[in-house]
Order: sequence, then structure tokens, then C-alpha cells
Amino acid sequence: MATKDEVLEGLAEIVNEIAGIPTEDVELDKSFTDDLDVDSLSMVEVVVAAEERFDVKIPDDEVKNLKTVGDAVNYILTNA
Amino acid sequence: MSNTPQIRPVTGAQYSRIHGVGGYRPVRVIPNAEVLTWIESSDEWIRTRSGIAERRWAGPEESVAEMSVQAAGKAIAQAGIDPARIGGVIVATVSHLKQTPAVATEIAERLGCGTAPAFDISAACAGFGYGLGLADGMVRGGSAEYVLVIGVERLSDLTDTSDRSTAFIFGDGAGAAIVGPSDTPGIGKVVWGSDGSQKDVISQTEAWDTAFAKQDAINGAGEETRWPALRMEGQTVFRWAVWEMAKVAQQALDAAGITADQLGAFIPHQANMRITDAMIKALKLPESVPVARDIAETGNTSAASIPLAMERMLESGEARSGDLALIIGFGAGLVYAAAVVTLP
Repeated sequence: MATKDEVLEGLAEIVNEIAGIPTEDVELDKSFTDDLDVDSLSMVEVVVAAEERFDVKIPDDEVKNLKTVGDAVNYILTNA
Repeated sequence: MSNTPQIRPVTGAQYSRIHGVGGYRPVRVIPNAEVLTWIESSDEWIRTRSGIAERRWAGPEESVAEMSVQAAGKAIAQAGIDPARIGGVIVATVSHLKQTPAVATEIAERLGCGTAPAFDISAACAGFGYGLGLADGMVRGGSAEYVLVIGVERLSDLTDTSDRSTAFIFGDGAGAAIVGPSDTPGIGKVVWGSDGSQKDVISQTEAWDTAFAKQDAINGAGEETRWPALRMEGQTVFRWAVWEMAKVAQQALDAAGITADQLGAFIPHQANMRITDAMIKALKLPESVPVARDIAETGNTSAASIPLAMERMLESGEARSGDLALIIGFGAGLVYAAAVVTLP
């Protein structure tokens, strides 16, 4: 079971690879769209990569609720 | 029971291949700047979300039949056959707004295909692949010597120009291919299917009868009525189109016994450049394989996009006759069709 820090670190690497955002900018309170400039399609790529990395299912209906990095980290911690 | 009459067996060609391909692009170019007069957006936003810089929209004279005849004429010329030898005309379209009769019969008649069976199919952006699968079966099954497969759309007629999420995507055009007998396999197993559980993620906003009933109810009351248009759930479609379709594409490669590094072209349905880019990653396609990127100047032309992109790659020299191409179409239904083919 991954810790909160490990999930954040993993997510930051994914966001870096897909959207080119420096990993240190990927913080819990950052909004994917407003702060990190991750658009809706990149968000799907992030979600699919996160599903694979953390062995978790993130349905389409859930993606719209993941507004901040913290939302995604919490969802992964709760559902992985 | 030895006197039971036996039906004479039907024999067809051992193999089939594409003998010719042709396209028709409408004259009128719609650059992003024109789209921006309809929706609140920016050229950069449209380009980064879709890869589209411009699209072609058909004028009044560029009907579904007319564009089809033009594209088919080029395909027939490349194949070098007499149109009278065409034993089947399959037209894949979702935007021929006159439902009956099938537009295929008019096209067959205008091209001089005699009494060839002619019919339309509705398989959206997988329409060309569906048509190719049918044509391959007809040629090898002995019901036709040559089959003309056309993908044609006037999606501008079904575009809601006030919808920010789709107004910039669609384009018009026609692409055609002649499928006929071959000494060697030229069309691999068509891996095709559907998923009706996702029938609503890309669809016409409402049926024509519903639209007309609303019009009758309003009957001049001043309320705006909307012609049905196409809409889609972008994120859901994106996820399905990239990761599910990468699996289907791989199945088509495996079925053909071909590895990705042996391909001379990858020609996915031109849905969105982002889908193409993500699919390349998901498929782990080698960088050496040229990829169709016709969408930049053509938009998403649904059933027409694969043959149009194929023609462009051959004309530009990006791909050559005899090369192997992986094609994959996917769209409203949801439906999909993929195959490895030898380029004409």
C-alpha cells in the first residue's frame, strides 16, 4: 500500500511526462486545469497512467471530480 | 436420398486487395479564423486540442453523390478497370440526409456500374473499414469480381456551429477504394466490432421525427428550433479511442502476422491529432512508421477520413504502393474496424 507521499510523487512523475510540468510544481492544492494547464484530454492520459501505476480503476464519471492533485491522491489512496 | 439436388458451389478469388484509391475534397476551405466567428475560442486552443488548422466544407453542388462520384472516378482510374466489372457498390455514410433510396444506387448508375448491387451502410467513422470487410468477403466469396467502397460525409450539415466542443472538428469529403482479386493476400483479417452499451457517447442530438414534432409543437411560436447535430462526450471517447483501439489495432497486426516495424504506414481514422498521438504511444509504434496526419487540413470527415488520408500519403510519397498499412476506424455506435492492407 502506497503512502500519501509516494502517490503524490508518482502522480507528479506522470503529470511531468504527459504535460511537461516540473514535478515540484505538482502539489496537493494545485488545480489540474487552472494551475497546471492539464487540459481535458491530457487529464484522461494522466488518469489512465495512474490506473496502471497504482492498480486502481478511475471511471470516467469520477474524473470530473478530480479537480486538484489532492483530490486525485485521495481517490487513489481510498480506492487502490 | 441420393437424388437430392445440390446447389452449385460458389467460388471466388483466393485473395483480395485494394486496386485503387481516390478522394474528393470540397473547394471551400474553412480556416480556424472562420470557426472563431461562431464560437468563443482561439486558433491555438483548437490546434492544441485537435491538431486541426482548417477543414473543407461542401457547397450546394458538392452533394454526397457528387463527391462520391468524383472520388470513385479517381479510384477506378488508378485500378485501371472498366466500371462495368464492379459487382458491388458500398457507400458508408451517416450524413446523407435523404434516407431512401440509398445514395449508392445513384452513384453506381452515374459511374456505369450496370446493375451492380448498391447499398449504404451506417458505421460512422468505422464505415470505411466495415465496407472493406464486406468487400473482401464479397470478392473472396464469389459474389463480385470488383467492389467499390466509398466513405463520404457532409458533416457540416450535422454540425452545431454554436457548440464549442464540436464546431471546429468536422469536415466534408469523400474517399473511395476498389477492392478486387489478388494473387497474394492484400487485405488482412478485418478486426471489427461494436459496443452498443456506449451508444450515447457520440450521437445525433435527437431523431429527425423528434425534431420535426418539436417544430410542429412550436409552430411559429418564435422559439428557436435546432436541426439535429452530432455531439460527443470527449473524455469518454478519447479514453476508448486510444486505449481500447490500440488493442484492436494490435489484434489486426497479430491476425495479419505483421509486426509494427514492418508497416509502411499507419492510417488511423482522422478523429483528432491527440488521439492519433496517444494511440501511437499506446501501440508503441516505431518512429520509422509514417503516420497519416491529414486531419490538420481536412478535419474529421468520419467514414471518408481513412481513404482520404491514404490517398494523400501515396500522392505525397510518404507511403508507397505495395507498402503495408495498418488502418483503424472507430466512432459512433460505438463501432470499430481495423486491418492491415497492402497499399495500391
